[in-house]
Amino acid sequence: MDQALKELGGYIRDTLGESVVDVTVRLGELAVSIRRDDLLKVMKFLKDDANCQFLTLLDVCGVDYPDDDERFEIVYHMLSMTHNNRIRIKLRTDEDTPVESVTSLFSAANWWEREVWDMFGVAFTDHPDLRRILTDYGFEGHPLRKDFPLTGYVEVRYDDEQKRIVYEPVKLTQEFRSFDFLSPWEGVQRMLPGDEKAEDAAEEETK
Amino acid sequence: MAESQIKNFNINFGPQHPAAHGVLRLVLEMDGEVIERADPHIGLLHRGTEKLIEHKTYVQSVGYFDRLDYSSPQNQEHAFALATEKLLGIEAPARGQAIRVLYAEIGRLLNHLMNICAFAMDVGAMTPMLWGFEHREKLMEFCERACGARMHMHYFRPGGVAMDVPQQLLDDIYEWCPSFLQIVDDMETLLTENRIFKQRTVDIGVINAEQCQDWGFTGANLRASGVAWDLRKAQPYDGYEKYDFQIPVGTNGDCYDRYLIRMLEMRESVKIIRQAIENMPIGPAKSIDHKITPPSRSDMKHSMEALIHHFKLYTEGFKVPAGETYCAVEAPKGEFAVYLVSDGTNKPYRCKIRAPGFASLQATEFISKGHMLADVVANIGSVDVVFGEIDR
Repeated sequence: MDQALKELGGYIRDTLGESVVDVTVRLGELAVSIRRDDLLKVMKFLKDDANCQFLTLLDVCGVDYPDDDERFEIVYHMLSMTHNNRIRIKLRTDEDTPVESVTSLFSAANWWEREVWDMFGVAFTDHPDLRRILTDYGFEGHPLRKDFPLTGYVEVRYDDEQKRIVYEPVKLTQEFRSFDFLSPWEGVQRMLPGDEKAEDAAEEETK
Repeated sequence: MAESQIKNFNINFGPQHPAAHGVLRLVLEMDGEVIERADPHIGLLHRGTEKLIEHKTYVQSVGYFDRLDYSSPQNQEHAFALATEKLLGIEAPARGQAIRVLYAEIGRLLNHLMNICAFAMDVGAMTPMLWGFEHREKLMEFCERACGARMHMHYFRPGGVAMDVPQQLLDDIYEWCPSFLQIVDDMETLLTENRIFKQRTVDIGVINAEQCQDWGFTGANLRASGVAWDLRKAQPYDGYEKYDFQIPVGTNGDCYDRYLIRMLEMRESVKIIRQAIENMPIGPAKSIDHKITPPSRSDMKHSMEALIHHFKLYTEGFKVPAGETYCAVEAPKGEFAVYLVSDGTNKPYRCKIRAPGFASLQATEFISKGHMLADVVANIGSVDVVFGEIDR
């Protein structure tokens, strides 16, 4: 299984050349990182090529890595029913740089790209209808960004005097608590504290 | 008489319409009684599941999956359990897998019963609802007897299932199978050749195989259009390759075919349930690695190590090696998948939920265009949408 995926990955890399940044096969899944600007070209190839035939776009989603320069990773999952294969396409972008929409190739991409826009604030060029999809009408912010707080900024209630729904800043009766359960106890460390000095000294000696 | 200008008008369908299957707000642009444009507004049930999961440990996250597609909760848990297991590099023991298959098929029955009955009601048939839900209740009792909860089971955990099932329960499920097949027969006599039902569904909402793939259809909706694709056969998980069952495939891809596929799938599910009970392996139902699954209550009374495991598991949880995986299961509505990114801590870094209903609902406009207003109701009912999973 892994071997076949590696061969397919190699084939894709050979054919697409510079568009492909990286090909990995891990846990029996093929992942291909590509250059952002070549997205449409890559997707068209994956859809039309006889050895690929990834006709179904299953999912488009974003992942946020706020520490990186290009903080957002946009991930496309595709399925080929002809070859019984899956592939994951990844590319990087930041807050300001839009990504090309693939709705012209896959109708299904429409709502998923809207979801990525809604949740992460990554825009898609040539998208027919880039509106928010899951959040409230008039919502501000992009909730799945790592810097968006879990509790959000506004809360909603029905005001009996005004006879309508009102939006107010979030008031928590109890402060939001985030427990850090990650224990530092990991059993015996391979290197004892202080040992790294011995290694440095050994290196200097060899020089 | 001067020629009058006829203007299209908009109507709001839902979100409180009983045929909107929950909280769908559908803005329809009508030319007389013909649909010109359909714009579904979703998100009225959005609870931020994916964001919440990023702040919970892996074990705590399981409960959120029940609340996605609440008509077949265990199938959602299944995908998450498999994804976590894949990252951890473990596999559930044979008995755990068989119990999961058994309950996943019960989930399929729960879902298809709900869908067919509600769909029949949408197009005017009342009786299937009354008959079907009686059996749905019996299925929920089986769920309750396995884990204590009727609906939100929280049963499929990484490493197996929460607890073993008693033999008496398995015997009771086995005995119940024939009576269920009887009710499927009865429902078919009500619907399959029913003139009104056929008039409302045949050649309504037709979508062909290529269009299905273009719109990301999976599961019964795809099979109704003639594509023989089922993850249980194509990419088997949890030992599905050991079971003998058929994949029903349709020809026309209309509402009627989607109904027929679900009816046939229920019969196949009963076959799988019988086989799972007949060949139920003996052994532990969950992984015996107590770094991942909790130790038994009685062990904790005697073993210090078990007590520590229990404490660590319910405070810190377990750490999952860094990596990413996309794990899909054949949920009753189609391919339900979890894209899990781990950064090596005890909480998922990102957990994207791929809901099959999202893709099906997206195509509403495509399959409803040019149909009558009443057909929209049939279309929504037949593609099987539940807003828990669409809005997440």
